[in-house]
Amino acid sequence: MRPDNDALMLLNRLPGVRPAHSSGRRLRRISLLFIAIALACIFLADLALYPTDPWRELGRIGWGFITPYWADSSTLFSALGQTVAFALLALIISVPLGLMLAVFYHWRPVRMLAAAVRSVHEIFWGLLFMQLYGLSATTGLLAILIPYTGVFAKVFAEMFDRQAPEPALAVSPFSSRISRYAYTLIPQSLGEMRSYCRYRFECALRSSAILGFIGLPTLGFHLETAFKQGQYSEAAALLWVFFILIASIRFWLRGWLLPVYAALALWLLPQSPPLGSSYAWQFISQDIWPRALQQGDLSAAAAWYWLEFSQVAWPALLQTLYLTQIALVLTGVIALLCYPLASQAISGRAMRWPGRLLLLIMRSTPEMMIAFILLLLLGPSGLPAVLALALHNGGLIAFLLANHSEQQPQRADDPKGINRYLYLHTPRLYPGFLAFLFYRWEVILRESAMMGILGIATLGFYIDSAFEEIRYDKAFFLIVVAAALNILIDSLSRRIRRRAGADLSAGVG
Amino acid sequence: MKKTFKFAAAAGLLLSAFSAFADTFVFTAIPDEDESRLQQRFNKVADYLSAQTGAEVKYIPVKSYAAAITAFRNDQVQLAWFGGLSGVQARKLVAGSEAIAQGYEDQFFKTYFIANKSAGLSAEETLSAALKGKTFTFGSKGSTSGRLMPEFYLREQFNAAPEDIFSRVGFSGDHSRTIAQVQSGAYQVGAVNYTVWDNELAAGNIDPEKIQVIWTTPTYPDYQWTIRGDVDARFGKGFKEKMRKALLEMKDKDLLASFPRESFVPASNDDYAPIENTARAIGLLED
Repeated sequence: MRPDNDALMLLNRLPGVRPAHSSGRRLRRISLLFIAIALACIFLADLALYPTDPWRELGRIGWGFITPYWADSSTLFSALGQTVAFALLALIISVPLGLMLAVFYHWRPVRMLAAAVRSVHEIFWGLLFMQLYGLSATTGLLAILIPYTGVFAKVFAEMFDRQAPEPALAVSPFSSRISRYAYTLIPQSLGEMRSYCRYRFECALRSSAILGFIGLPTLGFHLETAFKQGQYSEAAALLWVFFILIASIRFWLRGWLLPVYAALALWLLPQSPPLGSSYAWQFISQDIWPRALQQGDLSAAAAWYWLEFSQVAWPALLQTLYLTQIALVLTGVIALLCYPLASQAISGRAMRWPGRLLLLIMRSTPEMMIAFILLLLLGPSGLPAVLALALHNGGLIAFLLANHSEQQPQRADDPKGINRYLYLHTPRLYPGFLAFLFYRWEVILRESAMMGILGIATLGFYIDSAFEEIRYDKAFFLIVVAAALNILIDSLSRRIRRRAGADLSAGVG
Repeated sequence: MKKTFKFAAAAGLLLSAFSAFADTFVFTAIPDEDESRLQQRFNKVADYLSAQTGAEVKYIPVKSYAAAITAFRNDQVQLAWFGGLSGVQARKLVAGSEAIAQGYEDQFFKTYFIANKSAGLSAEETLSAALKGKTFTFGSKGSTSGRLMPEFYLREQFNAAPEDIFSRVGFSGDHSRTIAQVQSGAYQVGAVNYTVWDNELAAGNIDPEKIQVIWTTPTYPDYQWTIRGDVDARFGKGFKEKMRKALLEMKDKDLLASFPRESFVPASNDDYAPIENTARAIGLLED
C-alpha cells in the first residue's frame, strides 16, 4: 500500500501511529507455510538419486583444490583486472541511475521498469546484448549495470521508506520532491546506502566473473575452461585468486580511491573487433519475433506462442518453481546452521576464522561449479541443482547474518555459546533473516532457471537450447516468461515481507 | 555530472578500442578441442595467416557454438573453424559465405557411444535395445559429433526421441565432461567426439576398467573453415583464394596440432548437405 499523498504517508509513519512490530507467531506461521510448500514440492520436482562412482574424479578435484597452479601470470592478472573493471564501472554507472529511479519510485511505470530489468539474469542479458554488441566491453557492462540499476532502485526506495519521517516534515511543503530527497532522505540513508553498495560490489564481482562463462575475458572465462577440461589445479588457482579478491575487498575498496580505480578500469576494458552495422536492428525488428508475426499473420503467431507456452514454457516454469521453493527453504536452514560458525559473538574470536573461510568458499564458488561436483556424486536430476543453490545462497545469507550477529549489543550477563545462539541471537535476527531470505527468493528463482544447463528441464534449459539452436524468437519469448514469473515472485515476496513484519529494520539494524 | 563524464569517457574509449581493429581480419574457432591455452595456440595460427595473406589477422576466443555463429553473423569475425552443424547454421545466416577447407580427418569423422561398465552394456554392431531406460548424455547442444549425429542414429535405430529411449537425457556441454560424467557413472551412456576420446585415452585420463566404447557411428563430414562472402570487397580482390591457399598449405605440425588435424583439404558447401539434411530430419533446422 502506497498512498499517493506524500504528506499523508509521512503522517502515517510518525512514532505514535507506527504499525505494531512483528510477533513471533506471525513469523512462525509464515516459516511453517514455506516449509510445507517445500515439502510438497519435493514430490513434484524432478529429483532422483543415482548410484555413481565419482571417487576418481572427486579425488582429482580435491587434489587440484589444494594444489593450485597457474603457468602464466599475465593472463591471470589480466583476467583479474577485467573482472574488477567490469564490476566497478557497472556499479559506478548503476548506482546513480538506481538512485534516480528510487526517488521516483512512487511512480508506477518506474517501479515496473525497475522490476522488469532486474527480473532477467545477467547471463541472459549478456546473451541478448551479445547479439547487439557482439563480444565487447559494452555487452559486459550492460549485462551487469542494467539489472543492477533495477536492484538499486528497489533497495534504495525501501531504505527511504524506513527512514524516520520527522526531518522531511521540517522541509517546506512547497519544496520539490528532489530537494526533499536531497536534503532529508538521501543524507539519512547515506550510511546504509554506502554499506549496501559495498555488498553489491561483491555481488558485481561475482556477476562479472560469471559472465566469463559466456565469453567475456574475466576470471570465469578461464575458470570454466579449466574446470570443463578437468584441469583442476588451474581451476583452483583461479578460484583461490577470486576468494582472495572477495575477502580483501574491505582493504582496498576506499571511497577516495574510486576515481583512480575507475580510470584504471576504463584503461583495462578489453578491446574487441567492430561489428557490421546492419545486424542489431535486424535482431530487434525480426529475429526475436516468430515468423508468423513478421508476416502479419496474427492468429498463426498466437497459435505459435500458445504452443510454446503450453508445451515448453509452462512445464518448465513449474519445474523451476518447485526447485526454487525447495532451494529457498534449504538455503534458510543452511544459513541458520552456518552463521554462528562465523560470528565472533558466538564462536569466539579465533574459532570464527574457519567459519568465515567456509562461508567465503560457499558464497564465492559459482553455483554451476558446485552443481557439477554434486552431479558427479548424486547423478543427474534437480537434486544437485537444489543443493548447489542452497549451499551458495545459504553461505551468502549466513555471512550477512554473522555480520549482524557481531553487531548485536552485548551485556555481561548474556548467555554464552550455544545458548546465546539459540535464545538470544537467532530470535533477534530472525525477522531480518526472513527479510534476507525473501530478498533472495527472486535471485534463487533466476539462478534455478540457469541450472537448466545441467539438463534439468527448467526455463534456463530451454532458453539456452533456443540460443544454441539460433531460435531467437523462442529464446526471447522464454526470457519474457521467466521475467514475468520473476516479477510475480518479487511482488509476492514484498507483500509477504510486509505482512509478516519480516523487515530489515525489525531485527537487523 | 562526474558520472556522466565517466560514461562519456567510457563510450569514447570503446570507440577508440574499435578503431584498433579496423581493417583487421578476425577469425574464431568453436570451443571444442582442448580449450586451454587456446589463445596462445591460435595466435600462432593468426601469425601464420598474416604472413601468408599479407593482412593483419587476429584470433578472438568464444565460449560456445552459438557465440561463434553470432560473431560470424554480425561480422565481428570473417572466418571461423566451425563444426559440421554450426557451419551449416552459420552459412544459412550469412548469404554468400562458403566452406573453404576441412580437416583431413573431417571427411570421415565419427562419434563413439561410450558406456560405464556398471551399465552392463557391451560393444555391438548396432545400437542395442539394451540401451533403453539407461541414463544418457550428449555433449554440447550445438555439437555435430556430440549431439546431431548421435541423436540422428538413435532416432533411426529406435524410431523414437532420445527422451523416450532413455530414462534421462542430459547435455554435458563438452566432450571431456561427457567422458568424466560417464566414467563417474553420473550418466551410464554418452556420445563423444572420437578424437577427444583418443586424446584423453592417450593422456591416461580414461580408466578402461570403468568405461568403454560400445558403438561407433558411420562416418560423416564434420569441422570446416567457413569464410564470409564479402571478404574480397573488404580486403581486396582474391583475398578469399589467398586465405584458402594459406589454410590448405599449412604444413607446420605445431600449428595443425591446435585443431588437431593432420592437414587441411579442400571443402565446399555441398560437402555438408548430409549434415544439413540430418539437422532438418531431427528438427534442429527449419526449411
